[in-house]
Amino acid sequence: MAETTSTTPSARSSGATGATIELENLTKRYHGNPQPAVDNVTMEIAAGETVVFVGPSGCGKSTTLKMINRLIEPTSGRIRIGGEDVTDIDPVGLRRKVGYAIQSSGLFPHMTVAQNIGIVPKMTGWPKSRIRARVEEMLDLVGLDPGEFHGRYPRQLSGGQQQRVGVARALAADPPVLLMDEPFGAVDPITRDHLQDELIRLQRELHKTIVFVTHDFDEAIKLGDRIAVLREQSHIAQFDTPEAILTNPADDFVSGFVGAGAALKRLNLTRVGDVEITDYPTATVDDPLQDIFQRLRAGGTNEILLLDKRGRPYKWLRRGDLMRAKGSLARAGTLVHDTVTRDATLRDALEAVLTDNAGRVAVTGRRGAYEGVVDMETLINSVHEMLEADRLDALEHQHDLEESRAGQTRPGQGGGGSGERGAPA
Amino acid sequence: MSTTGGRRPGGEHEVRGLVFRDDGEAETEPEPEPRPPSPARAGRRISRQKLTLLPALLIAVLLATWLWFRQAELDPVSENALSDGRVSKALWQHVELTVISTFFVLIIAIPLGVLLTRAAFRKATPVAMALANTGQATPAIGLLALLVIWLGIGRRAALIGIIVYAVLPVLSNTIAGLKANDPTLLEAARGIGMSPLGVLTRVELPLAVPLILAGVRTALVLNVGTATLATFGGGGGLGVLITTGITNQRMPVLVLGSILTVALALLVDWLASLAELLLRPRGLEVGT
Ligand SMILES: Nc1ncnc2c1ncn2[C@@H]1O[C@H](COP(=O)(O)OP(=O)(O)OP(=O)(O)O)[C@@H](O)[C@H]1O
Ligand SMILES: [Mg+2]
Repeated sequence: MAETTSTTPSARSSGATGATIELENLTKRYHGNPQPAVDNVTMEIAAGETVVFVGPSGCGKSTTLKMINRLIEPTSGRIRIGGEDVTDIDPVGLRRKVGYAIQSSGLFPHMTVAQNIGIVPKMTGWPKSRIRARVEEMLDLVGLDPGEFHGRYPRQLSGGQQQRVGVARALAADPPVLLMDEPFGAVDPITRDHLQDELIRLQRELHKTIVFVTHDFDEAIKLGDRIAVLREQSHIAQFDTPEAILTNPADDFVSGFVGAGAALKRLNLTRVGDVEITDYPTATVDDPLQDIFQRLRAGGTNEILLLDKRGRPYKWLRRGDLMRAKGSLARAGTLVHDTVTRDATLRDALEAVLTDNAGRVAVTGRRGAYEGVVDMETLINSVHEMLEADRLDALEHQHDLEESRAGQTRPGQGGGGSGERGAPA
Repeated sequence: MSTTGGRRPGGEHEVRGLVFRDDGEAETEPEPEPRPPSPARAGRRISRQKLTLLPALLIAVLLATWLWFRQAELDPVSENALSDGRVSKALWQHVELTVISTFFVLIIAIPLGVLLTRAAFRKATPVAMALANTGQATPAIGLLALLVIWLGIGRRAALIGIIVYAVLPVLSNTIAGLKANDPTLLEAARGIGMSPLGVLTRVELPLAVPLILAGVRTALVLNVGTATLATFGGGGGLGVLITTGITNQRMPVLVLGSILTVALALLVDWLASLAELLLRPRGLEVGT
């Protein structure tokens, strides 16, 4: 995903972009337990990449993650971030350069939102004015109005808002690496969906290296450039792109994790921005009625999209509607229920098309402004193409596999095997 | 940002604020924002009533006592015990004993509590708690007697007795307060790069403040009480009036000593509750 979306790194160009992370034979043995909780994990994560750890509860995801910022000291093995060996450096200094966000946000209840976000910059000795500006910037970045939320205490926020502040705090000191341990685990599914979308948007702007832990495979598909499916003791069952894992699970354990409906899940892998967005005749509420009539008559379609004062989709207007409403714009047409952004998945778009009876869905950009529409036909065509391409890939892969099997014994299925193949350049 | 990104209340035309802020909140808070500070304010108002009631009561009692003593016919023994500013001296000594002992209780018990909750010293916690318990379980008067035998008559012995007696509530509350902190929150604090000292001073102690203050309040009231025993060790205080009243069988002297002690205890308790209210970190208020 990182390769396909090459957006310009927006206004926030000052940000430090990601650093590589290398884990080398990382092992953790807890006191009094002969079985290691994490056994000999070796993994390379590219700069700017989002890697998601998924696996059953207790398999060592959190332990592996916390060894990266040494909240848990590894028993053996090395950790390198941006090429620097950080296994033995001062952990406090290390953690200030590695963002950390956890489930149920971990915000300090006795500090305001602004204090929570500003704490790492404050500890690193930023001047007050710079901290203040940074807090505003971070609140804006995670979609909270600085004026409104600045002085609130965590208790006065909803779960989703707390989680946003948690992410803002993790990003405040502009660390190249971000570690997230089930950060969206404690919020309702709709809010989680929003937070995931926001994270994708953030990551497109910031290009951090993100290691994200979840036990929700759908979340992993949605967020990960690559997914590491872990089994007990953090043994890597498969480390590859979501597409490859969906179409080519390495073994029964991974297929079990992928679960049913792989074809539908595939819809989650393509974004609205990747398919054709077409123009559609529009008018705004401020246009004179006469103009709107004209446009309805002139356009090939008998329907136009009415935008509100800020250019956001407002109503679908059919030719007869204005007549029936006796020329009153306020009463005519049907309200737009659902819109999607370019970051939304095809699945979201399909759902929106199905619920809105317009047969198409409006695509919006920043601040909800109209950008175009995607219709049912486009969606169905792209899904067909996508599935066809997957099928060919799978056939090819199977062929490769059979060939290599015929040649020798099966290559080691742990760790490296299929992993390196999907690594982005 | 996804499908529901553009959803807005049916028919509504202008949505307040930025749209990209609306999403996410749109679902979690369908109704207008509740004004969060109001419940807290209500809580404050109730305690404010409580806070004004007590001083009014105290003033009334003290005024009544003073008026009674002005018109009372006192015999020479009582007269002698209450004249020459002896009452104010006893009161002042008592306040001093309370303040000094509380100060030492704080600088002993809180750091000790902090120390005993650090990983390195956690094993010593039962021992220290047992010691502190012994301090409080010993009858205060017996403890004082032992200290006088050891250190001789004087204020020092009295002060040490009072301090030993009051360490326990502050110590146990400090430990309880620090232990009550959510370990995941403390891990988050370390995770974002706080040093162990930073975690302690910025997170652990502020969050433990309500419990610690409750312990301090108990200790203060306790100290006002035990300071009446200081007189047996030659430490002065309001205990002087009480013992004089008892040994000479002069009711007015005894009553005055008792009333002043009770009033002082209540006043100190009131001040402490005020401090609790003011020092409790904002954002922790229940009902917010
Ligand atoms: N402090 C500890 N002492 C001893 N064993 C521990 C400790 N922390 C974790 N473990 C063990 O290590 C293993 C891995 O734990 P970890 O928290 O990494 O799992 P996880 O994959 O994050 O699980 P979950 O999805 O439930 O969060 C578990 O078997 C757990 O019991
Ligand atoms: Mg975990």
